[in-house]
Order: sequence, then C-alpha cells, then structure tokens
Amino acid sequence: MQKAFPLLATLILISALSFISAFSVGSISLSFEQIGTALFSDNKSMAQTIIWELRAPRAYIAYVTGALLALAGLLMQVLLRNPLADPYILGISSGSSVLALSAMAAGLSSFWITGGAFAGALLSVVLVFSLSHSNGSWQPSRLLLTGVVIAAGWGAMINFILSTSPDKPLRGMLFWLMGDINNITPELSSFIALIAGTIISIAIARQLNILSRGDLQAIALGVAVKPLRISLFLLASALTAFAVIQAGSVGFIGLVIPHMLRLICGSDHRLLIPASVLAGGSLLLISDTLARTIIAPQQLPVGVITAFIGVPFFLYLLNKNFDRQPIK
Amino acid sequence: MSLLSTKNLSIEIADKQICNSLTIEFMPGQCWGILGRNGVGKTTLLHTLSLLKKDYNGDIFLKEKNIQSYKRASIARLIGIQLQHNEDPFPSSVLDTVLTGRHPYLSNWQWESEADIEKAQAALETVEMKELSQRLVNHLSGGERQRVSLATLMTQNPEIFLLDEPNSHLDMNYQIGLLKYFSSYAYSDQRLVIMTLHDINLAARFCSHLLLLTGEGGYLAGSAEEILTTDNLQQTFSHPVEAIKSADRTIYLPA
Repeated sequence: MQKAFPLLATLILISALSFISAFSVGSISLSFEQIGTALFSDNKSMAQTIIWELRAPRAYIAYVTGALLALAGLLMQVLLRNPLADPYILGISSGSSVLALSAMAAGLSSFWITGGAFAGALLSVVLVFSLSHSNGSWQPSRLLLTGVVIAAGWGAMINFILSTSPDKPLRGMLFWLMGDINNITPELSSFIALIAGTIISIAIARQLNILSRGDLQAIALGVAVKPLRISLFLLASALTAFAVIQAGSVGFIGLVIPHMLRLICGSDHRLLIPASVLAGGSLLLISDTLARTIIAPQQLPVGVITAFIGVPFFLYLLNKNFDRQPIK
Repeated sequence: MSLLSTKNLSIEIADKQICNSLTIEFMPGQCWGILGRNGVGKTTLLHTLSLLKKDYNGDIFLKEKNIQSYKRASIARLIGIQLQHNEDPFPSSVLDTVLTGRHPYLSNWQWESEADIEKAQAALETVEMKELSQRLVNHLSGGERQRVSLATLMTQNPEIFLLDEPNSHLDMNYQIGLLKYFSSYAYSDQRLVIMTLHDINLAARFCSHLLLLTGEGGYLAGSAEEILTTDNLQQTFSHPVEAIKSADRTIYLPA
C-alpha cells in the first residue's frame, strides 16, 4: 500500500505532461503560457481553436483508447494466467474489427458498429479460450498459436470486406484498421466505459490476485471462480470493443504496460489496475503525438508507432518466458 | 459433533472408482493420514472433501450441514487446503502470497489490516521464511515454495486443514517440524487435520487415525493402532511390509 501513492502520483504527473506536450507540439507549436490561456480563459485566440478543435479531441481519444487497451490486456492476462495475453496478439481486436467493419460497409448505424465490435471481441475470446484450453490450463505456446491463427483468419475476412467495398469509404476504413486517431469525433461513451470498467475491476481486484494463482487455489480461498471468469470475459471484451471503435487495431499497449508495471510494483491488482489505466493512456497519447510529428506534415497511424515499440518488447518477453517455461 | 463427515461417498473419475460408499466421521482433535498407491485417488478425495470437485455421489457434511449449502467464502473460513501444485505466472512477493490466506475474511473493498500482516509474518516465522518475505515466489526453490504454501494455510487459519503431501520437497528437519506443528494444531487446539502421505513411518508417528485406500474403491479406516498392521499395509501397497519394533515405536519397511 505504501508504494501506491508515489506510483500513482507519478503516473498522474506523466499523464498531465503527455497532455501538455500533445497540446503544444504540432505544425504550430504553442508555449506553455499559450496553452494555459487557451484552456482557462474565454478570449477567442488561434491557440484556443487549435487546442479545442484539433488537439484536445485527438488527445482525449488517444488517452482513453490507451487506457482501455491497457486495462483489457491486464484483465486478459489474469483470465488466461499468462503475461503474453493482449487483445491485439490474441486476435481479439481483429475479430472486433471484422464485425465493426461489416457493419460499416453495410452502412449501418453506429449502434450496430458498436454492437458488432463487442460481439466480434466476445467471439474471438471464446474461440481462443476454448481452442487453446487443455488439461485444465493454457499452455503459452498453444495460446499464442491459436491467437495468431485466429488473427490470420480475421485478417483474411478484413481483406475480403475491403476488396469488396466501394472506393469512397475505403481509405477511411484502411486508416481506421491501422489504428488511426485522426478525423474521428470523440465519444463520451468510451470514457464512461473506461471509468465503469476501472471501478468494476478495482472492486474485484483482490479476487483477481487470487485467481491469478490458479482456479483451484482461488476456489480454495473462497472465490466464486465461474461467475468471476464470465465477468472478466465480458469486461475485457467490452473494453477492447470500445478501444477498437475509437481507434481501430492498436497493438501491444495491453502487453507492454501491465508487464512494465508488474516489474515496478508487483502483481497486486488493486494497484496494477489504476496504474495500468494511467500509464496506458499516457503511452498511447505520447505515441500519437509522435505519430503526427515524426514525419510532419505527413501523419502516421498510431498503430505503427505502438508496433515499433511493442514488437521488440514482445519478442524479448516471449524469449524470457520460454526460457523459464519450456514449450510443452 | 463431527467437523467433517461423509455418508456413502462415492467418487468415480474416468471409469476409475476412487472410493465407494465411504462413510467416515472426522472429529475435532484428530489427525488423519490418507495412504494409498500412486493414482489411487488421494488427491481427488481431498479435493472432493473441500468441494473443489463437485462430481460425487453421497453426502459430505461440514459441521453436520450439507457442504453444498455453504457459500464458497464460508467454506474457505472453515476448510483450508494446501494443493500439490502452485501456479505463479506473475511476480508476487512471499509476503503477498501468504497474505492471500486472509482473502476469505475480507470484503471486496477492504485491504489487509496490520493484524492480518502480523498473522502472515508469524506464519512466515514458523516456517522459517521471514528473511525471504520480500523475495518473489517464482524465484524460490521447491522446498521454499512448499513452506510458503503451508504458511498461507496457517494464515488462513481454518478449523479443518487438508494437506496434500505436506512433506514433499522438504528437508528432513522441516518435514518433522511442520508435521509436528500441524498435528499439534489438531491435538491441542481441537482442530482437524487430514493429510495425504507417502511415508508410512511419518503417518505412524504423527497421525491418530488412518484411511487406507486399497484400490477399486475399497478402504480401511480407523485409529492408527488398529489400522497399522503389516497385512493391511501389504494389501494397500501390493508389496510385503515388515514391522520392526524399537523401544518406543514401530518402523515399517518394504520387505
């Protein structure tokens, strides 16, 4: 508990800094003072327009999406009792994308796109879960393989949808798929989902600590494992779906953040959950600021940046994991 | 009043009969040893007694009430079970692991109190792991991890202790020390200890009662003196056993 305050305070500070840098950096750079005036006064300046109409909505989406993904990754890792679980690697994001894209291509309303994203995420988790389960446990090799193959299957379906779609919405769909935060309107619903998800997760955090030590141990210590698992399923899928609707498939946040935090503060989920939310948001916001400045005036989809960070990290982790636990 | 009892308990796994119409009353103040060949179902029986496994026929009574009528958390306050295998996929300190034993006593938003931490520290002292309390459990040796599991169980502090080969991975001094500790819980504190063991001599030394699983669902149960005969042991292990009497106890050896 004594570790909680300094860690969370640091992460809140990092979050604030990542917002300030997102507000200040861009084709027109703004000073700290200009940002202050723009945020806290009423006079219409150009700085105010730039921040409120361009940079703040985008920063908001990046932060919320990153936080959603980090939390979803953390919950999936407990669910599968494996530090390599991540909504992107296990094909959950792509499953979610497929159904959301189908709804988009069919010209359905945003309600159906949201519903499709959720159903796709849920379907993927169930598939990965049931196919890689054997002898009461999930072997890392089998889990990853199943996830990768399912992701490949979804990938094919995505290509099918794209190649049969009319030209007009195609570019938007493509960018959305790559994990793009540009040109989308911020929705309050994802923020509400994030807050609700965080509160629910913290409420069950001690049960998650116990569940991560195995089903039998959890039952022996009085945890009702089945209902807990089902709620984790639904929660992780919903969080992934909201992230996907906001920013398409952004990978590796859910993998990198919980792992780094475990190294810093251990595996107590009462601390890991709020810390992952704050750190995940910050990382994606910083990545997005990089994505729009690195080759300015050209913009990159933020998924490209997270993949550049995430892939080496994942390979390192995979290597370390299998050193300790040989493939069975 | 029996703490735990079974009535016509039958367990079958994959066409293998683990026990057939097992009827036993486990009373407070008793220390039971379960002996039997590999794969005869000792672990399955322990798991069933604590309702980790639910597919059985017959009845199990906890404090003379059907165990199925209890909530999970209430069972966890009455029955503690040490499992044979631990899973530690994420880094967690020894102290945090031992503190999980307090889980059944805490509500959802509650943190462990100072008193809970003291209980965990005391348990770590008993198993001589106090210096390692900040170490990560996935960096421990097998014997150290086993002692952490036993300390977790002490912190859980139930009335009924179910131990699945509590002596495995342990050095001789810890085997004797910890078995003495748990059996004295039963004798001086009127609790119930039920443990599976491989070593007949440890069972003879620490247990007041024995349950021999003889295979195909058969069993022999009773006080240790009554059950420990070379004939019974031979029937259980399908190997002749020799009893050597020394001044104050009898040693059992494979012939």
